[in-house]
Amino acid sequence: MAKSLLVISRQAPWSGPSAREALDIVLAGGAFDLPIGLLLLDDGVFQLAPHQDAKAVQQKDLSANLQALGLFGIDDVFACSHSLAARGLVHSTLAQPLDSAAITQLIDRYDQVITL
Amino acid sequence: MKFAIALFSAAHAPSSRRALLFAKAALAGGHEIVRLFFYQDGVYSASNAIVTPQDEQDIARQWRELVSAHQLDGVVCIAAALRRGVLNHEEATRYQRSAVNLEAPWALSGLGQLHDAAQAADRLICFGGP
Repeated sequence: MAKSLLVISRQAPWSGPSAREALDIVLAGGAFDLPIGLLLLDDGVFQLAPHQDAKAVQQKDLSANLQALGLFGIDDVFACSHSLAARGLVHSTLAQPLDSAAITQLIDRYDQVITL
Repeated sequence: MKFAIALFSAAHAPSSRRALLFAKAALAGGHEIVRLFFYQDGVYSASNAIVTPQDEQDIARQWRELVSAHQLDGVVCIAAALRRGVLNHEEATRYQRSAVNLEAPWALSGLGQLHDAAQAADRLICFGGP
């Protein structure tokens, strides 16, 4: 059986390529039909912020990639509820909010974890 | 034990040195390294254009020597490398760039190699941050 992998993305979408590169690992895993999950933590929850204007910072929009995860068979997308609240963000339909205890259980459930 | 090692930091970051020491210790302990995968700023740890002062550690060179000496599978993510200007001869030619700063024993390949290594290994060990 394939090993499961949790990618923890901790960077804001406009703080450099890290958020995009974390998402690329998830999408690549989805392309290989691997059991893979994504947890947005700390500034990573900014990827869920509504009404992002990528053009204003001369960047490509990352939120479309996030929305495409379902098409790649990746349904296990989570966000730290504490990180969301600390940044004044409301829960998004794109990611299931988890508290600290649930995040501990989530990390335990996966065979491998990559934090970016 | 079979290890896959992922590195996300440049050669001047302490985590690149830590990853190098871990890899050496794993091999010295009789373990197998199924693949090294350099991603994000980790691609800089494979650059042959780094020049360090004589009284400082040349981590990129030490990585190169380790991979050659043990004939390890050293893979650098091609998308991350192109974005950061780490190019082998083939890519420099393809994109008409004058500099080539990646060569054997390193190979450029895609993220599938990270997943493949993680599946093949007993443990995936990641090194990133400072």
